[in-house]
Amino acid sequence: MNAETVSTGAVNTDGANAAAPLPYLVRHRLRENGDTVTLDLVPLGEALPAYRPGQFSMLCAFGVGEIPVSVSDVTPGRDALGHTVRGVGKVSEALCRLRPGEVVGVRGPYGNDWALGARPQDDEDPVTALGTDPGEDLLVLAGGLGLSPLRPVVVQALSQPGVYGWLTVLAGARSPQDLVHRADLTQWRALGEARITVDRPGPGWTGPVGLVTDLLRHAVFRPERTTAFVCGPEPMMRASADALLRRGVAPERIRLSLERNMRCATAWCGHCQLGQVIVCRDGPVFTWKQASELLGVAEL
Amino acid sequence: MTPDLAPTGTVGAAEPRELAQEDLQYLFDALTSRGWTVVGPTERDGAVVLAELASAGELPYGVGVTLAPGGYRLRRRGDRAAFAHAAGPQSWKTFLHPDRARLWQADRDEEGMVTFTGESAPPPRYALLGVHPCDLTAIARQDRVLTGGTYRDPVYGPRREAAFVIAVACADPGELCFCGSVGTGPGLRPDAPCDLAVHEVADRDGVRLLLSAHGPRGAEVLADPRLPVRVPHPGLPALAERRSEEAAGRMGRGLDTEGLHDVLAATLDSPVWDDVASRCLTCGNCTLVCPTCFCTTTEGTTDLTGDHAERWRRWDSCFDLDFSYVYGGAVAPPPGAATASGSPTSSAPGTTSSAAAAASAAAGASPGARSAST
Repeated sequence: MNAETVSTGAVNTDGANAAAPLPYLVRHRLRENGDTVTLDLVPLGEALPAYRPGQFSMLCAFGVGEIPVSVSDVTPGRDALGHTVRGVGKVSEALCRLRPGEVVGVRGPYGNDWALGARPQDDEDPVTALGTDPGEDLLVLAGGLGLSPLRPVVVQALSQPGVYGWLTVLAGARSPQDLVHRADLTQWRALGEARITVDRPGPGWTGPVGLVTDLLRHAVFRPERTTAFVCGPEPMMRASADALLRRGVAPERIRLSLERNMRCATAWCGHCQLGQVIVCRDGPVFTWKQASELLGVAEL
Repeated sequence: MTPDLAPTGTVGAAEPRELAQEDLQYLFDALTSRGWTVVGPTERDGAVVLAELASAGELPYGVGVTLAPGGYRLRRRGDRAAFAHAAGPQSWKTFLHPDRARLWQADRDEEGMVTFTGESAPPPRYALLGVHPCDLTAIARQDRVLTGGTYRDPVYGPRREAAFVIAVACADPGELCFCGSVGTGPGLRPDAPCDLAVHEVADRDGVRLLLSAHGPRGAEVLADPRLPVRVPHPGLPALAERRSEEAAGRMGRGLDTEGLHDVLAATLDSPVWDDVASRCLTCGNCTLVCPTCFCTTTEGTTDLTGDHAERWRRWDSCFDLDFSYVYGGAVAPPPGAATASGSPTSSAPGTTSSAAAAASAAAGASPGARSAST
């Protein structure tokens, strides 16, 4: 959490203008729900470096503006980068209107990842790709569009059977119509890994109604050998962390991704500064041990 | 960074030279002939401002400053010192981290393909004349943020690298100055990060400058045969040293930094901040004049065809209410409201979306919400 120690060991990208995006083509557009789409982006020329789950891009809608968006698909071997965008402002609405064949500007990858920088150095390294000890249980808690940055975590875990312990995905949405990544959720539910809840059930909804934290009561995991991955609105993340702590999960085993206003993503502009932390550089993924004191301060 | 000249290294960089104030124009000439534009202090509109200077005649000879809380007045000094004035309303960041800068341009062709072109014009080459020790420390702070991290700022980086910094030891601190207590001034350390270090000594012998090179670029300029420097009068270095010591004794204020970092980090919720906030007009002027504040925002522009877009950056203030706005409203609710942590998981954005959309529309620009993670 000490910004000074994080910023050392820098690699200056001399020459290149780190503020200028690269052109990417929208290859595929999936409408997730009424206001959300997933864009598959492929480079038109030079490609950006490989992304890790949890990192984010600055997406630029031509002539409108630029916003930070986490990657929702970084499946190895796929040349496309998936970004799931909800239209809530001028830029995100413009991005949602993009059609296959149109161009979007992309900068990235930015920030740390869900593994908090830990990566297996070789096959013998006793660290998983998600930065956990082998055999540890994984608990994924998603609220609304928070499922998008977490999607690569689940994909990663499912791609390595035997490496992890129990995987549990608990996802919540306002209503069944607001769910995103439905095909994935259906598949994960069929595997017995996922439970989904909504605040307001609609016709035909037979699943649970209520909060993600309600689902947690019935989840089976070993608290002392569990890493939790949490993303959603901040009240949901606070409630989830509280519930996880009550179940005996240590604060350093709870990881969450913070959302902040960002202009540069390169730690120059100050917009995402939170106390001594610059979220685009030191985050967006933090442990609850790091984040709890910052999130408790009003107007920080 | 001095493309037309190789560092000579033959002049003893550590050996100071003496220059008479009347000969400052020769220093200007040495700098301009090497492609630098001299920026320095000059008197304008009742203040000492920083501006591009055409000649040494524009320096504020004999101008001093009287500082008070919320007050700044010029006064006539008893001597003709040109650099004996406390910090004015501007800082050097105006020239190194300009208030507006274009980051890139984009063009869309008939097929809809878009080309992004990063700004790559050569930076202006400024010789910053009269940088006080406090300013040097502020520049080092901006260096750390804008060039010391993973990414090098494309505007600040090249400007900073091109700049020739002439630091001047502070001989006359203001009534509100406190650098002596935090160890950043008023004297110049032998390793001060500049190209030339200057001590200005005004006495009955006139105004003499003691110049020391702090690096090969400074040594090269100091070795310019047209620069009428000489081996300093034997008493001058000691006199310069004494002036700095005297200046340290005239600091109007002091700041006890013992444990300050930890105190500040641990008191984010202190009522002191409520008191400060109650008097704050959120005009943002404090951050604009602050030599260390670095915050910026970005703006997009398009031309009338809609096929040419530009990305500009301008100074911003973290005291602006929109500064950290994220879709859905304040992300760190005040204590009490924080009990909303038991509130519905995903209904919070739903309940505020119309208000947020209205606020967003009113702001006339989309906030940089990380729309993927909520």
